Amino acid sequence: MKVLVAVKRVVDYNVNVRAKTDGTGADIANVKMSMNPFDEVAVEEAVRLKEAGKVSEIVAVSMGVSACQDTIRTALAMGADRGILVESDTELQSLAVAKLLKALVDKEAPGLVLLGKQAIDDDSNQTAQMLAALLGWAQGTFISKLELGDGKATVIREVDGGLETDSLTMPTVISVDLRLNEPRFVKLPNIMKAKKKPLEVIKPDALGVDTSPRLVYSNYREPPARKAGIKVPDVATLVDKLKNEAKVI
Amino acid sequence: MSVLVIAEHDNATIKKATLSTVTAASKIGGDVHVLVAGKGCQSAADAAAKIAGVSKVLMADAPHYNHELAENIAPLVVKLASGYGHVLTPATTMGKNFMPRVAALLDVAQISEIIAVESADTFVRPIYAGNVFVNVQSKDAIKVITVRATSFDAAAAEGGSAAVESVEITPAAGLSEYLSQELTKSDRPELTSARVVIAGGRALGSSENFKLLDDLADKLGAAVGATRAAVDAGYVPNDYQIGQTGKVIAPELYVGIGLSGAIQHLAGMKDSKVIVCINKDEEAPIFQVSDYGLVGDLFTVVPELTKAL
Ligand SMILES: Cc1cc2nc3c(=O)[nH]c(=O)nc-3n(C[C@H](O)[C@H](O)[C@H](O)COP(=O)(O)OP(=O)(O)OC[C@H]3O[C@@H](n4cnc5c(N)ncnc54)[C@H](O)[C@@H]3O)c2cc1C
Ligand SMILES: Nc1ncnc2c1ncn2[C@@H]1O[C@H](COP(=O)(O)O)[C@@H](O)[C@H]1O
Repeated sequence: MKVLVAVKRVVDYNVNVRAKTDGTGADIANVKMSMNPFDEVAVEEAVRLKEAGKVSEIVAVSMGVSACQDTIRTALAMGADRGILVESDTELQSLAVAKLLKALVDKEAPGLVLLGKQAIDDDSNQTAQMLAALLGWAQGTFISKLELGDGKATVIREVDGGLETDSLTMPTVISVDLRLNEPRFVKLPNIMKAKKKPLEVIKPDALGVDTSPRLVYSNYREPPARKAGIKVPDVATLVDKLKNEAKVI
Repeated sequence: MSVLVIAEHDNATIKKATLSTVTAASKIGGDVHVLVAGKGCQSAADAAAKIAGVSKVLMADAPHYNHELAENIAPLVVKLASGYGHVLTPATTMGKNFMPRVAALLDVAQISEIIAVESADTFVRPIYAGNVFVNVQSKDAIKVITVRATSFDAAAAEGGSAAVESVEITPAAGLSEYLSQELTKSDRPELTSARVVIAGGRALGSSENFKLLDDLADKLGAAVGATRAAVDAGYVPNDYQIGQTGKVIAPELYVGIGLSGAIQHLAGMKDSKVIVCINKDEEAPIFQVSDYGLVGDLFTVVPELTKAL
């Protein structure tokens, strides 16, 4: 079985992003970019499935600017077999990404598509669900355990009340949560090997997908700041402040 | 044009996040209708009819709507959506699961987790772990939106008298099946709607030590939450996690104990009214957002605090 894994290039999670002062965007010039942490979990899961003999080929796909090739190379170094970049210099919103992924699924015919639960830049948490809808497949979202059976996948989902176990008809789309696994560190020899793995670059047009944005973003701004508080010397003062100043207990 | 709110409920009662979503819907303007889809959900539908500001309740009662499997709920919502300008649901794990499926089937964008309504087509949402707020305008004919419940006051649960109307059932998709759930049992208030939340971090060191927080929480009638580090380490279950990728809370009082205040955690609690922290490192970032910070070892401070209350 072939697996498709979607990997997004995002601002590294350690970067404290700010709005540009003129409000036209987020100021992300010259900041460190990385693979979306959830997507690392997705790649790791695919590699483990391959190591367990349940998967024959892993295709890592990314959508965006040319530099997304770095993200794909990281996936290849982790163990993916080949990469596809759908290159676009214009902004790709979730629905467009889902449509591009659908077109790739139609071409590649994987038995499983793995995505992250959420991209930590736009925090949308929607692409996997949209892809499953477009394919007419079952979806397993926020997954912390995945077991592939005969024509079915059993998943454990992290939900607000705890954990939920569902059975999904294969092929299926999975969005992974952080506790599914702990992604491996990439070793240098694997980075070298990854450079030789095939990476195809195509344009959205070639997939026949209209990627024009549906949402217009404006007025990027800092959230209202909290006013600075105080340090209290001891428990007695804390209790007194909470009772008599803040009046919350 | 009317607004359709998809209710989160347990077939008997309506979840509080739904009430906040009704408020968001009212801010858009027009009639507010509520869909209650479930199995044996008449009581929940009756409860929805009493919510102030709701003018009609649509009820879809069928076995395959139980547990809100996205593959079964989405086609129902899609079918009903054509009569509405907006479809809203809470940005809970339920809403986040089925709503993007609705959007894709309607070929419209989803506007995720809005925190304010600017106008009928423009909404505010946080991005980059809440470091940036942005206005999002949608030109789509139907606006599909998930709502951050803590950003909108709850509509009154009583006072309305909407009619309940049964709607036609859509067939089961036959793609997915609910098997079981393992719900975290607790006598404490629910994390996202508690008035007081005690949150613990990596410094707690073990699940036994979280008992310290339980004792404090019992004194304050509080819910207990945690950082991702504490959840990953297995000290507490996954549904305790507060933050960018966990739950968003905005209690009257938040007490963060033995946690550093990483941006991903702040994303989930920065809107709390009063923030207190207890940390032995006075440089910890959590102090920068705390109204009252106490520098000290939690293992001495917390029992002392519990005793003093
Ligand atoms: C993609 C992604 C998503 C994430 N999502 C979330 C999320 O939703 N929620 C979340 O919380 N995190 C999230 N994180 C993790 C986040 O980046 C931090 O790693 C995490 O919040 C740190 O948890 P902590 O504060 O408990 O631990 P630490 O950062 O290790 O802090 C422990 C603190 O305890 C203090 N301490 C130690 N001993 C004592 C003592 N005896 N008494 C008092 N204080 C003591 C230390 O001074 C320190 O400040 C995410 C990370 C990534 C990459
Ligand atoms: N431009 C992209 N390229 C590759 N994968 C993407 C892209 N955008 C979203 N994804 C995938 O969809 C997941 C969820 O993203 P989102 O719905 O934007 O929060 C990510 O974790 C990725 O797996």
